[in-house]
Amino acid sequence: MYDANGQTRPAYDDYCNWYEKQDSQWLKRKNAEADESFRRTGITFNVYGDDDAEERLIPFDMVPRIITAREWRKLTRGIEQRVKALNSFLYDLYHRQEIIRAGRVPERLFRQNDAWLPHMVGFTPPGGIYTHIVGVDLVRTGPDDFFVLEDNARTPSGVSYMLENRETMMSMFPDLFTDVQVESVSNYPRRLARSLAACAPLATEGKPTVAVLTPGIYNSAYFEHAFLADQMGAELVEGGDLRVVNGRVQMRTTRGYKPIDVLYRRVDDDYLDPLTFEPDSVLGVPGIMDVYRAGGITIANAPGTGISDDKAIYSFMPEIVEFYTGEKPLLPNVETWRCADKDSLAYVLDNLSELVVKEVHGSGGYGMLIGPTASKREIAQFRKKLEASPENYIAQPTLSLSTCPIYTKKGLAPRHVDLRPFVLVSPNGIDITPGGLTRVALKEGSLVVNSSQGGGTKDTWVLKD
Amino acid sequence: MLGRTANGLFWMSRYLERAENTARLLDAGLRMALTRDIATAQDEWRSVIATSGQQSNYEAVNDAYDGMSVWNFILRDKANPANVREMFGAVRQNARTARTNISSEVWEAVNESWMELDKMLTRPVSQGAVGDVVAAIRRAGTRVHGTLDGSMLRNEAYHFARAGTFVERGESTARILDMKYYLLLPSLSYVGSSLDSGQWDQVLRSVAGASGYTWLNAGQIDARGIVEFLVLDDRFPRSLAFCRRALRTNLDALAKLHGNDHPCNSLMRDADDHISDLTVDAIFEQGLHEFLVDYTNRNAAIAEAIGQDFRFLS
Repeated sequence: MYDANGQTRPAYDDYCNWYEKQDSQWLKRKNAEADESFRRTGITFNVYGDDDAEERLIPFDMVPRIITAREWRKLTRGIEQRVKALNSFLYDLYHRQEIIRAGRVPERLFRQNDAWLPHMVGFTPPGGIYTHIVGVDLVRTGPDDFFVLEDNARTPSGVSYMLENRETMMSMFPDLFTDVQVESVSNYPRRLARSLAACAPLATEGKPTVAVLTPGIYNSAYFEHAFLADQMGAELVEGGDLRVVNGRVQMRTTRGYKPIDVLYRRVDDDYLDPLTFEPDSVLGVPGIMDVYRAGGITIANAPGTGISDDKAIYSFMPEIVEFYTGEKPLLPNVETWRCADKDSLAYVLDNLSELVVKEVHGSGGYGMLIGPTASKREIAQFRKKLEASPENYIAQPTLSLSTCPIYTKKGLAPRHVDLRPFVLVSPNGIDITPGGLTRVALKEGSLVVNSSQGGGTKDTWVLKD
Repeated sequence: MLGRTANGLFWMSRYLERAENTARLLDAGLRMALTRDIATAQDEWRSVIATSGQQSNYEAVNDAYDGMSVWNFILRDKANPANVREMFGAVRQNARTARTNISSEVWEAVNESWMELDKMLTRPVSQGAVGDVVAAIRRAGTRVHGTLDGSMLRNEAYHFARAGTFVERGESTARILDMKYYLLLPSLSYVGSSLDSGQWDQVLRSVAGASGYTWLNAGQIDARGIVEFLVLDDRFPRSLAFCRRALRTNLDALAKLHGNDHPCNSLMRDADDHISDLTVDAIFEQGLHEFLVDYTNRNAAIAEAIGQDFRFLS
């Protein structure tokens, strides 16, 4: 919100004018109301292994994160380029592997990777689409400097917060939205439904039937699964509702079994089909992979897509983008040291207190070392793990991230944020809803924005021109 | 609609109705206990527990039938698998399962009611607070029924939810009547003799029928009148005849939506015809208890058939 000289950034001008006119007691009351409204609508997430707090709220901060139209246009070009490259990369990886033959990425990256599915080799998903829904995590270090921190192509979550945060802001501060012209995000579910339907397999008769597959009401993101199904007008199904009948995946309805054309699954690859993967899984559908390979259903995202979330693959994204698009990447990666390389490892070991070290296959902010805030003992312990299996780690510098203000009892205070726009991919093209999920590290000085570790969310505004 | 979702809607309503009926039973017990001597009050509390079907679970953890133990057992004790707190948890869980098929108004009514009650029932309920809890449970029922009525499409989802309500309500009224029938057996052998009006007043209260009965019968309390009212009077929304008719309406609507009849529809028609042909005399002739057992069995058979016809579980 403020630049290095303490001046308000242009994007925030209108908001600041509005904010300064508001009564501070009234704002305090509004802040308390927001929490209550989230609880009532049941927007909660479950925390595994925490019985006392079965359902928690992700804290919501009522100061929006604001992006100008110009900044957004620039971002979307970079995201489109990256997502296109990701799809081409996945296709290539499961077909001729040109990129490996060309020596641009090493073979070991996927050979020893659990997320790489041999079952997908030689098979092309309907429409050639692997990543139907992608969440690209971005951070910002300066006025025009956005970096990609992570690609989420496995099952990106959090889009319900993008939508509900906006709803909450609009009902809390209706006048604000007449003062400031903000791009709407509310049609995301319709765009999603359209995009998924456009990926229907050839076996589809008539209008495609789309369903959302959830692991069930105890899953941490169940609220989001139900919310999206509801907003799309799609059935929300569990493994127990589905069965392979006559070569199609069908759901048990009150009128008997009915075929599904597109399955937006929020269940991991491992649990998708007990006949192919985890034999004990009850979350999936026995035989769905056979139907899939025979062209009887579209699975979104495609099985085997998760490999592109791997942080070792991430470190090759600049090469990947260039290889498939023939262009320089518009969105840079954060500088990354692959600890599998000897020289890099030596550098990382020498500079542990300055770096962020992440597990290659990890997610959700677990299993990482944040050098600058870690104790000597933590660093020493991490050093041992790193030396034992260096190929499992990458390291990145701690960026001087830009901040956004949050509302605190003592007034506005700066905190670190990231941004996850949601990208839809279909044969009709790439569609990016102007907005996204802004996560914020609520603790002063903290860099970790994950909801499982004390992060919160904000409404994300893309201003109209 | 998914079979599992239909099951969720059906049971959301059943648990809600069950919680509400339990609250009414408790309310009637409270009132009775206040107006009687200690020994009679104990009997009353015992019958409240007996009606809820949890006598052995109660006696496993309690030595005596005092009000405080009874209402806490009914409302929140983990030793009681059918405590109201659990029931509301089940209402919410089923609503969550069916979240995509209920309106957000219904969901919010369920979720907010659950939040309120769960908070009230985290700690033991004192004498001063039990009335508030009962009122909150009744309010929850009213709110959910109201939002169902006012915000839901008249589609399958609505009819499954309503069917659950009337299956449960009919069963509850039959059970309460059957329980009191046993207690008052001697007086019933003289059909038409004057009764302990306090006992019957309680029965009427526990089905929210006290004032309705008074309006219709000018305060004249006798066994015939009460049986007629609770069983056959289809103006009274908790009578067996009313529940049956309402259940039939919803099952007919489902048959119409599906374009064909199911086994549950023919079971329903038989049961409905059976009760609409009955007179109070015929019921007494058959034996009230026998009649109620038959009613409950048919009710259970219909509920079972609904689950099978619409593929609730498989």
